[in-house]
Amino acid sequence: MTATTDQYVGAAVPVVTGVSIAQVIAFLMMTIALVAAPFFVYPIFLMKALCFALFACAFNLLIGYVGLLSFGHAVFLGSAGYGAAHSAKVWGFPPELAILFGTAVAAALGVVIGALAIRSKGIYFANITLAFAQMVYFFSVQAAFTGGEDGIQSVPRGTLLGVLDLRETLTLYFVVLAIFLLGFLLIYRAIHSPFGQILKAVRENEPRAISLGYRAEHYKLLAFVLSATFAGLAGATKALVFQLASLTDVHWTMSGEVVLMTLLGGLGTVFGPVVGAFIVVTLENYLAQLGAWVTVVQGVIFVVCVLTFRRGVIGEVGNLLRKSL
Amino acid sequence: MTIFGVPTQALFGQLLIGLINGSFYALLSLGLSVIFGLLNIINFTHGAQYMTGAFVAYFLLQWAGLGYWWALLIAPVVVGITGMVLERTTLKRLYQLDHLYGLLLTFGFALIIQGLFRHEYGSSGLPYAMPGALAGGRNLGFMFLPNYRAWVIVFSLAVCLTTWYVIERTRLGSYLRAATENPTLVQAFGINVPRMITLTYGFGVGLAALAGVLAAPIYQVNPLMGADLIIVVFAVVVIGGLGSIMGSIVTGFGLGVVEGFTKVFYPEASNTVIFVIMAIVLLVRPTGLFGRAS
Repeated sequence: MTATTDQYVGAAVPVVTGVSIAQVIAFLMMTIALVAAPFFVYPIFLMKALCFALFACAFNLLIGYVGLLSFGHAVFLGSAGYGAAHSAKVWGFPPELAILFGTAVAAALGVVIGALAIRSKGIYFANITLAFAQMVYFFSVQAAFTGGEDGIQSVPRGTLLGVLDLRETLTLYFVVLAIFLLGFLLIYRAIHSPFGQILKAVRENEPRAISLGYRAEHYKLLAFVLSATFAGLAGATKALVFQLASLTDVHWTMSGEVVLMTLLGGLGTVFGPVVGAFIVVTLENYLAQLGAWVTVVQGVIFVVCVLTFRRGVIGEVGNLLRKSL
Repeated sequence: MTIFGVPTQALFGQLLIGLINGSFYALLSLGLSVIFGLLNIINFTHGAQYMTGAFVAYFLLQWAGLGYWWALLIAPVVVGITGMVLERTTLKRLYQLDHLYGLLLTFGFALIIQGLFRHEYGSSGLPYAMPGALAGGRNLGFMFLPNYRAWVIVFSLAVCLTTWYVIERTRLGSYLRAATENPTLVQAFGINVPRMITLTYGFGVGLAALAGVLAAPIYQVNPLMGADLIIVVFAVVVIGGLGSIMGSIVTGFGLGVVEGFTKVFYPEASNTVIFVIMAIVLLVRPTGLFGRAS
């Protein structure tokens, strides 16, 4: 199939396989910057950005490499947050188990929603994931354990593995950074494995992939569950950082935000979602006092990106450098 | 008198509310379906355009002293024209790309429009008076029927059926259906397809604005009135089958009624029942109840 590069969503940048020197350098630069950052920038803000960056990377796994636009990814962020917050606060789980439990909740939801949604594609898929997300949202509004409008507040951060006291902001920061880097590398590994190759084959030409003997549905479902799991990891971590799990994280506006981050940073790029998340979180931080203008600015970014800037920041940079980033 | 242990009064009351909601679901999903049929995009701005319709009615009353009946006529035209401008200037550039970009673009517009209105008018509703001619109601013996609500149901049903008739039974509609099947071939026959696309988008958007005007006296005029509604309508569209005209109308009204009855028998599920039905329909018929396999 000969097609111009940005004909498909997520195919804006052709994905080069194998680890490239440029990506290794970019990764090292990112890690160094993130290790140094808390000494210059407010750590809570950085942790928020890191959680969203992991969330966006998880989302990008689905849209960038399978070509499926999920408009309900907030479900996984939010439900994992509830899982982690509830298990830490009510059942007294230590942070490592709370995060694992929250992530497992998101993964389980990913299996259920994925199994139903994966049968469709394109706009149908976006609609269906959005509708399921809204269902989970209404459930969260009514269910007793989520605390409704109040959410689950003052979640204890606890001591990680009985050694690291997470009430220390800097300790917490490095734990969050480690979780982010772990998630980032695992997603990177998944994309650049034979599994990732098959995903791309399914994205480009599903009937052909099937005729080659690949069970496309299984691979898509697996990708969906992986994406949900990493989104959950981000959500569970976020709940411990902010000591709060609330309805905001399950609402469809959050699903829209992760689309925005990924689109702005560059769909289908390795580093794009991270950059996009940092830009959007920074913007929201500065615009927070302006109330409804945040929504307007987000809308404008969407429109500008879609009309003129479909490669996103990292996609454009990569294009200039002729490197896949 | 009771049916299944529920007083008939409550049952018919919820049936009425269900039919009212169903009217809005039907009008909105009909517009979405018409647009999807020709443009192949899901118009995420639909909820914002519904809200804009209600606001245009409010402005007409506040600034020009034009009442409900004028609003019913003018608001769909005004919002339809802004929709056509939007299509001509922006959406048109995306037809060659993946249709998901259209979804993202219209999502961006929805955020902008809702944000601007929210900035100007806050999140609380503005009251809009019911037209005098439709005030009051009548006692049907088994229930009390407010005139305005009866009007909404009858009028939206009439609009839906007229739309169905025009699309399925007239020459104009046959062009439209042909262009849905194969735009290149229809263009080769000398029909101006790009103009038809623009007009279709304007029409679909106009239907949303019409629903907004109808909703204004019932719900208040609120910047976020379309934000959550549109997601339910997306589910309605998925259940009915994207692009099916009759499917939208039938599932719209039907699901409104189902939702109303759920409120009587199992109120906890009333918000989620449509999504549950969607899940079941997807399992059994992935293309929707009235959809054709793509």
